Amino acid sequence: MSDSVETAAVAAPAPSLNTGQSGTVVRSTVIRRLLRNPLGIIAMAILLAISLLAILAPVLAPFQENYSNIAKTLAAPDSVNILGTDSAGRDVWSRLLFGAQLTLLSALLCAGVAIAIGLPAGLIAGYYAGKFEAVSNWMVSILMSLPGLIVLLTIRAAFGPSVWISMIAFGILISPSYFRLTRTAVQSVRNELYVDAARVSGLSDLSIIARHIFSVVRAPIIIQTAAIAGVAIAIQSGLEFLGLGDPTKATWGVMLSEGFKNVYLNPTLLFWPALAMALTIGGLVLLGNAIRDALEDGEKIKHRKKAAQQKGTTAAPARAGQQRQSMAAVELGTEHHLVKVTNLGVGYPQADGSVKKVVDDVSFHVDRGEILGIVGESGSGKSQTAFSILGLLPDNARIVAGSIQFDGNYTVAPGEERVDQARLSRLRGKRISYIPQEPMSNLDPAFTIGYQLVTPMVRVLGIPKEEARKRALKLLADVGIANPERTFSAYPHEVSGGMAQRVLIAGAISCEPDLVIADEPTTALDVTVQADVLDLLRELQQRLNIGVILVTHNFGVVADLCDRVAVMQNGRLVEEGSVRDILRNPKEQYTRTLLASMLEGKTPMSMLVSSQKEPAA
Amino acid sequence: MSTMEAEESAPLLTVENLVVEYPSKKFRAKPFRALTDINISIGQGETLGLVGESGSGKTTLGRAVLGLAPVTDGRITFEGRDISHATRKQRRTLSRDLQVVFQDPYTSLNPALEIGAILAEPLGVQGLEQTAARKRVKELLDQVGLPSDAIHRLPREFSGGQRQRVAIARALALSPKLIVCDEPVSALDLSTQARVLDLFLQIQKDTGVSYLFVSHDLDVVRHISHRVAVMYHGEIVEQGPAAVVTRDPEHPYTQRLLLASPVPDPDRQEQRRADRHRLLDSQRHQHEQAGAVA
Repeated sequence: MSDSVETAAVAAPAPSLNTGQSGTVVRSTVIRRLLRNPLGIIAMAILLAISLLAILAPVLAPFQENYSNIAKTLAAPDSVNILGTDSAGRDVWSRLLFGAQLTLLSALLCAGVAIAIGLPAGLIAGYYAGKFEAVSNWMVSILMSLPGLIVLLTIRAAFGPSVWISMIAFGILISPSYFRLTRTAVQSVRNELYVDAARVSGLSDLSIIARHIFSVVRAPIIIQTAAIAGVAIAIQSGLEFLGLGDPTKATWGVMLSEGFKNVYLNPTLLFWPALAMALTIGGLVLLGNAIRDALEDGEKIKHRKKAAQQKGTTAAPARAGQQRQSMAAVELGTEHHLVKVTNLGVGYPQADGSVKKVVDDVSFHVDRGEILGIVGESGSGKSQTAFSILGLLPDNARIVAGSIQFDGNYTVAPGEERVDQARLSRLRGKRISYIPQEPMSNLDPAFTIGYQLVTPMVRVLGIPKEEARKRALKLLADVGIANPERTFSAYPHEVSGGMAQRVLIAGAISCEPDLVIADEPTTALDVTVQADVLDLLRELQQRLNIGVILVTHNFGVVADLCDRVAVMQNGRLVEEGSVRDILRNPKEQYTRTLLASMLEGKTPMSMLVSSQKEPAA
Repeated sequence: MSTMEAEESAPLLTVENLVVEYPSKKFRAKPFRALTDINISIGQGETLGLVGESGSGKTTLGRAVLGLAPVTDGRITFEGRDISHATRKQRRTLSRDLQVVFQDPYTSLNPALEIGAILAEPLGVQGLEQTAARKRVKELLDQVGLPSDAIHRLPREFSGGQRQRVAIARALALSPKLIVCDEPVSALDLSTQARVLDLFLQIQKDTGVSYLFVSHDLDVVRHISHRVAVMYHGEIVEQGPAAVVTRDPEHPYTQRLLLASPVPDPDRQEQRRADRHRLLDSQRHQHEQAGAVA
């Protein structure tokens, strides 16, 4: 279902050709994923079988649970008593079935009580916060500090040996776990915009909780319940094993206790209830794990050894050998380029074995002292291209075609599937550096700015700490920070976004790189700050004569900084040229469309792109 | 409240001397003042653009109008009614006329609900029955240019621009008189932004709705607004017709803002850069002089 939509979304802005991004995102639903997990199937089968046996106990059991045949105690299995009898001559098979009924029901009761208390309390506390949350936190702390087993023993002494009462008590004792789970989940969505939108729509709090908030806690509650039901069975059986259960009821715990007393006479009496409990608890735990795995989106995809790409290349091994030889030498006459990307393709293997290509046949080069702008919209593959030069693609990404060379050496040789980290880590930080989009999330809040500037210099340049400190202070002054000393000893949260970006630029040039890759370096900044940062980048680039790859979506930024521009769309490079050519006389329709979307110089309130009936964005 | 002439000439929304303060987390500390003495008004079918940098309070002003931020002092009047401290019940009535489109189309739609359910939500609150609601949802999808089979799809199956269309459709569901647009195009690509801006303009032309349009981008605000207010540090520093404020601003901050926005041509941008440096120098000079006099 989602496949067609994804394709539609790609196809909508412009008719997608056969080249460019291909493949679709393949997702599978939770249930299907659960069924594909062998542990999930086994767990569900076991639990289903035990539940069926429990439900059908009155039909299946040959005897009543307490029917005893005094004449036939501790009998071995035969055709009448298929699992034998216990010390009172009761049928083990029948008692096992009725025991399943009681055990499962009491576990359900326990989980039910815990949910009934913990879930609503957690929802209210999480959504409203304030006094209710404070009071309920107190109650939870008190409940959790109570020694559970002692409370259960006290309750048994006060109310008698009822399974139900002890399970209700245990449910209350364990309700804090639901409370905390729910409250945390609700707190995380309380301030989401869709909740605000519902408030603006005038939805009552109750409807907001029911519609928008409850769905968030549903999954964790199910997982938690599987675990808690298992714990409840264990606790209940434990109490009964100690002889604190109701001897008139057949439960697995009572049977275990009975078997333990006769362990020397008939060890199998111990075996059957123990097996039943182990299967049930194990099944519940496995089911919980399987659901959790199914809900976590990260599907593990085994990449079929370049199956998609090498189909048709029969002489694959020979080719690989040949490539290893050509490793050292790049194509003659291209070694003077600082960076040269040739026919690069980047793809992600999908669950069904296909490869979703995000970059296809991209070639460009950057020389020393030159700024190349890569322009494109989100999903055009511009960041993926930049990341493959940096060697920072996610683990599951594959270089499906092409090569990358840096200063006359391959970092990705033709035919290689992944970026060679050993080769790149020698370059990264030292000769290639990176300026990220989000300055704040790229500084570690736990360390001072000075520490984060000094450490790489000490590691990479091998200079003493004192010297690195001096250099860092000079760099901070160079990037236009008025009081370098104060910024040096400040923590990231103490400086503004524009300041943080200056710090990162200082860090990027600290080890005197040859190439700086800047991924939307000003997008997160205010316009006035952006202008300052652009000034800074231009000044530094000219002074240090470095090559820069500037990834951006903003043609204004391109006009401000770049010498050359490459325009990307759907993973392909559609047009490349000098900044004046591209901005003034674009040849490709796509570039023209992008430039036409600029607001600068347009008549206010006029339609920008849609004189006729517009297509969906 | 309801003398005849007042009703006729009164603007749709007036905000008078608005102050918004957030209580400080620290015990007995001074509350944080997000907005100081805000005065704006929006007429029928008019767009007021609100521009400013991050932290200037422009989003807070939108939220205060929607009842999502605490009004400490001052008055917000909508169609002659004081809504500064409207209750949830009053808000429910108000939601017919006052709606919102948020910045981030990824978090403003509940990921677990189908598009149809998202759009039907405000209709259900107003007690519209299911078949009528379904019909209205189809109309809305058509109005914002989405296929009608979108009803049974989840938000994650749509691109950012399409999601923003869904958010706009939700705001339009009850045919409101005023939509607060909180940076509705900032998270979108350039060409998507252009299409969504077209959509906003088209809707205004068709329905006569008013917008309070919050953005950090002077170009966007210039394009879509009749009048523009510039916010700086929680105050409105300049307000007037869009053409004046966005082309020939008076306040030093607006002047800086105007020249900071880069233009897509290397030579004109170089010119603008020089202009900006000249402006910054002269402003610094003035500042120093003012300091010397004082």
